[in-house]
Amino acid sequence: MEHEITLIVNGVPRRTGVPARRLLSDCLRHDLGLTGTHVGCEHGVCGCCTVLLDGRPVRSCLTFAVTVDGAEITTVEGLADADGGLSAVQRAFAECHGLQCGFCTPGFLCTVTALLRENPAPTEDEVIDGISGNLCRCTGYQNIVKAVHRAAELLAEEA
Amino acid sequence: MTTKLFGEPVQRREDPRLLTGNGRYLDDLGREALAAAFVRSPHAHARVRDIDVTAALDVEGLVAVYTWEDLPERVGRALPLLIPHPALTHGRTAYPLARDVVRHVGEPVVMVVAADRYAAEDACALIEVDYEPLKPVVGLEEAVQGAQLVHEDVPGNVGAHLVQEVAAADGRGAREAIETAPHTLAFRLDIERSASMPLEGRGVYARWDGRDLRVYSSTQTSTSVRMAVAAALGLPLPQVEVIAPDVGGGFGVKIVHPWPEEVLVPWAAMTLGREVKWTEDRREHFISSAHERGQVQYVRVGFDDDGRVLGLDVTILHDHGAYTPYGIIVPIVTSTQLLGPYKPGSYRVEFTAVYTNTVQVTPYRGAGRPQGVFCMERTMDKIARYLGKDRTQVREANFIRPEEFPYDQKMTFQDGRPLIYDSGNYPEMLRMIKELIGWDSFEAGPGRGIGIGCYVEGTGVGPYEGGHVQITSDGRVHVSTGLTSQGQGHETAFAQIAATELGVPIERVSVVTGDTRRFGYAVGTFASRAAVVSGNAIALACRKVREKALRIAADALEANPADLEIADGVVHVAGTPSAAVPLSTVAVLANPLRYAFDEETAKATQFAGAAAPDRPPVAEGEEPGLEGRDYYSPIRSTFAAGMHAAIVETDPDTAEIKVVRYAVVHDCGRLINPMIVEGQIHGGVAQGIGGALYERMVYDQHGQLVNASFMDFLMPYATEIPHVETGHLETPSPLNPLGVKGAGEAGVIPVSAVIASALEDAEGIEVNRMPISPSELFELRAARMG
Repeated sequence: MEHEITLIVNGVPRRTGVPARRLLSDCLRHDLGLTGTHVGCEHGVCGCCTVLLDGRPVRSCLTFAVTVDGAEITTVEGLADADGGLSAVQRAFAECHGLQCGFCTPGFLCTVTALLRENPAPTEDEVIDGISGNLCRCTGYQNIVKAVHRAAELLAEEA
Repeated sequence: MTTKLFGEPVQRREDPRLLTGNGRYLDDLGREALAAAFVRSPHAHARVRDIDVTAALDVEGLVAVYTWEDLPERVGRALPLLIPHPALTHGRTAYPLARDVVRHVGEPVVMVVAADRYAAEDACALIEVDYEPLKPVVGLEEAVQGAQLVHEDVPGNVGAHLVQEVAAADGRGAREAIETAPHTLAFRLDIERSASMPLEGRGVYARWDGRDLRVYSSTQTSTSVRMAVAAALGLPLPQVEVIAPDVGGGFGVKIVHPWPEEVLVPWAAMTLGREVKWTEDRREHFISSAHERGQVQYVRVGFDDDGRVLGLDVTILHDHGAYTPYGIIVPIVTSTQLLGPYKPGSYRVEFTAVYTNTVQVTPYRGAGRPQGVFCMERTMDKIARYLGKDRTQVREANFIRPEEFPYDQKMTFQDGRPLIYDSGNYPEMLRMIKELIGWDSFEAGPGRGIGIGCYVEGTGVGPYEGGHVQITSDGRVHVSTGLTSQGQGHETAFAQIAATELGVPIERVSVVTGDTRRFGYAVGTFASRAAVVSGNAIALACRKVREKALRIAADALEANPADLEIADGVVHVAGTPSAAVPLSTVAVLANPLRYAFDEETAKATQFAGAAAPDRPPVAEGEEPGLEGRDYYSPIRSTFAAGMHAAIVETDPDTAEIKVVRYAVVHDCGRLINPMIVEGQIHGGVAQGIGGALYERMVYDQHGQLVNASFMDFLMPYATEIPHVETGHLETPSPLNPLGVKGAGEAGVIPVSAVIASALEDAEGIEVNRMPISPSELFELRAARMG
């Protein structure tokens, strides 16, 4: 049996029918065609599938789509400005070489976007703590940590 | 010159798409494709008596169910043994779907195709396979006893056995040299299994249009997948194209091919006349891809009062898992690269590769080197401890000296070629790493220690790679090479090479990798070879194009080609910037046209008056177009090197281990992009720390992998990885035009050795196994207390 739901994804209302067991990650990727959200483990450990649900980072692979009917969801596709300009977090990741294969990157970008909204000037420990729920197999995290600090700088400059 | 980009930390050209969700990984493609899923063996060793699919047939959305018996003869054949070797006397590979016997948990038994993955997995759950369990072989030492067999026709479970020996200058063998040495030591080392574990698993997506097959695979080698798929399906090669899209990490596991799914998914697409896709899930990756590392080593060493090694004798038991599709590359690399920057007086190494009822073992970043380096570096530390000498002093006493290059280790390397080091400067590197970490001023104390590890890495193995470079009439430069990318930034590094060679702005250069439609001849991305082999091939192709561009421009400018240079995409007479012609125009002139489609191309049409009427429009020996293709085929590998040092602290109560400082000095010859090289080192070190302290594949006595999830297989997060301090030494390779050596695997190689060295220093105990957990350290402490 399918359930009709409406998700406000990156500011746009999207209506779709989903079985109760449909994961939010699968709904975003396969029903709505937003493949920027990646699935790395499907058991909530790696953080690749992180999206913002009403502004807070959640694992979309541990969320049933039907349970978030009516919610506001931001995916990596929604982080850039309306005119396509990269967000401060995205620019900082490029500048600091904070990504290699790019598979974990959307999850980090969503996590860091929320982190800096809550704490615009995090300390080194707060940055490490803030990204400690996301796995990256390529970068060794050093340049991701650097990118978070750089993003904080950029946001402060542009505020 | 504005276009000199080689050696600069240029920002990556792949980033904008990957940062905005516009990357295209395997599972992002084929939204309308049918989904495949597999029933996999829950037993480590069993005979398949019967498969009953009846209950699955009612699942809504089910399209097809296949067992081995449903496969045509050619498709159902055992998968190829990719790298045969005379010492691999009993090589064995799996069937795409199990035929009679399963030999590890996770081996595919039934393939299901359905409307979507949910339905396919529903059907899988309803298929009943009747197994007759057989006794599994688990663990190296049980396997080598040979009481139970993984393959009935492989006695003693021994797939391969190889001895290499390098005698001393006086002709004596290592064993003899050890007998008469002033000092000897003997010990055993244990190294656990780990795995590449890219965050994107494997995946295959295939489209068949009735004549041509297009396959997308998350692979490290699209050209070889293409050949393997064409052979398995009986298709002419030109009718098969294979594309590696964006790949979410490889680290070795994706060099293996064809995987069962790479044969079965295209075959199903052809059989059903529908697009079919399979995306590996995480549990599948744990139990049905590949692992590495697992070895037991028995070491004997004889040395003099200065710590100089007179004889080294290493016997290795190598766990190959259930199958050997990638041959014995891993134990060969361990055996040869064990030597590192040293020149023992004599050396004997023997390995036995045995089968067990576990996931197959194929290269994972480092590919046998971490085990070899662990062995050699433990040896150096033990010698130093025995003699009461500084550990760096013993290493220095054994180094190959800078004036001894090229240095012949007199062994055969993994490519079948002599193990001859091309260049390096190990004493200088040691000086740099000691300075970077503060070796001489470090004060060890209870729970605080310093460690060091050195390695040499043969990189850039052949046989070859190629590059194609085309300049189009809009002045853009299109570069393609056949090998693939999994995050190494090839689109950037290769664009830097092309921009530098051709004198064009990097913004005008685009690079395509891993697409057989663009470049059909290639080997693949492994062995830290992309920059060396494809990088040089692209440089050589650019030089051909440059020469042609100068020839055509010289004609147009009525100048001598030797007087021309290219800057910012414009060819001009040196010292006379006004006598110039842009490469876009040169590209137009290179291709005589009958038809124009814009103002620029109109200049090349037949009434434009450019060509001499008494000569053919395309001169003899010329080809139309401003493009070139060339190949680079190295005579042998080029040898990168590095030295790492770390400071660790241990908790006196909990035995928790913390890496507080980590320093790397690295030499990969000339750097194309230092930002990318450092990124590769950071990532390698992080994987090395995983392997040194956290990651292991835990099999129980029944052959069940009991930690097959990210909750139980502990990959490090940001909280576990220290800041890595790096220093670079550049000894260019004399073997290739760019003077480069590989950098991709380097970071991971010595980390286990370094951490063991530091832990011994901190704790005063001997560390002979890796990884080491807090509870193991606790037990080692308890054992020392008696």
